[in-house]
Amino acid sequence: MNRLWKEFSKGLWKDLPPFKLVLGLCPVLAVTNTADNGLGMGIAVVFVLTLSNLVVSLIRSIIPPKVRIVCFIAISASLVVAVELLMQAYAYPLYQQLGIFVPLIVVNCIILGRAEAFAFKNPPLLAIADGLGMGIGFTMSLTFLGGLRELLGKGQLFGADVTWQGFEPLGFMVEAPGAFVSLGVLLAIMNFAENVQRRRKGLKAVEGPTHDCGSCGGCSSASNC
Amino acid sequence: MQEFFVLFIGAMFVNNIVLAQYLGNCPFIGTSKESGVAVGMGGAVVFVAVMAAAITWLVQRHVLVPFELGYLQTLVFILVIASLVQFVEMFLKKMVPPLYKSLGIFLPLITTNCAVMGIALICQREEFGLMKTVMFAFASGLGFMIALVLLAGIRERLAVRRLPIAMRGTPIGLVMAGLMSLAFFAFKGMI
Repeated sequence: MNRLWKEFSKGLWKDLPPFKLVLGLCPVLAVTNTADNGLGMGIAVVFVLTLSNLVVSLIRSIIPPKVRIVCFIAISASLVVAVELLMQAYAYPLYQQLGIFVPLIVVNCIILGRAEAFAFKNPPLLAIADGLGMGIGFTMSLTFLGGLRELLGKGQLFGADVTWQGFEPLGFMVEAPGAFVSLGVLLAIMNFAENVQRRRKGLKAVEGPTHDCGSCGGCSSASNC
Repeated sequence: MQEFFVLFIGAMFVNNIVLAQYLGNCPFIGTSKESGVAVGMGGAVVFVAVMAAAITWLVQRHVLVPFELGYLQTLVFILVIASLVQFVEMFLKKMVPPLYKSLGIFLPLITTNCAVMGIALICQREEFGLMKTVMFAFASGLGFMIALVLLAGIRERLAVRRLPIAMRGTPIGLVMAGLMSLAFFAFKGMI
């Protein structure tokens, strides 16, 4: 039970996917122009990530290690097709809003990364806990970033006006440049907070986490990243 | 002819695949620390994107549509791209070793590069013909390469500057990408 909670909770803060692991940046930047989109994308990822972790973990003993990456891709692709069909049936406006980023969940590093780094080596229950935790962490980050950008860029939150009269929205924030800059600044703030804690413990300040391709399954050239 | 020119410039600058469409950000941030690496990665993306777009176009037109399997598009496309990358890697290793030396190490990365699959999907959604698809993929790949090489140049210079420690590495790379994206915004008026 303890172990289960540990694997679940690490995704919520310690290994928060987009910020601490710096994985799966495309959807983080692309669909966070509003909080709604961020939340919707996050839920789709939770679904795919949890189930793909479960499936990978269940059949980990029969996947030949040499072709494991292709197997992971095939598993996540079938799940993404299911998500696409579900979204078309029950959340069509959101499906249209997210556009090509729904099928692109397949190549999201988080899915492959967790399959490779965790699910392939651990039993099903732990894999589910890991997938749920990581997915919820991802959803929280996306919703937070989406909320921030929507608030500053449009003066709204989840589509409702929340600012005072005469608030001048920064149109820049909901466009592409704002996505890059706000993610960069948020990352820097996280690093800063981490360093303040480290100094308090008497440790030296360190550079933040770099983009880690090693966890994007099967990458033989991690040293180049 | 003019139509193709507009498509080319549009895909390369106006709707730049990384800076305006948010595709391929992981390798964009990940491999932009040295310009040599950036050129290699960019070249590999151009190469694979063109081939992948053409092959997925053929698969879509001649397999998925006639057999009414449109809903399997995602699954089929990613498997086609994965096997294509594998195949290209083997082919280059055997037949063109010099090219393999410069591009080879980047090829395994490309399967999970969403720019490649993104380009193939955009071509399908826009319902381009085969010629246009190849053209669009080539221009988008070049756009990716330009953005990557430019960012690598900036980051090489930043590496020797004094920065607040929390900003070093990825954060400053992202902010720089944001400023570049702002600059590319200016192309919006062109078309």
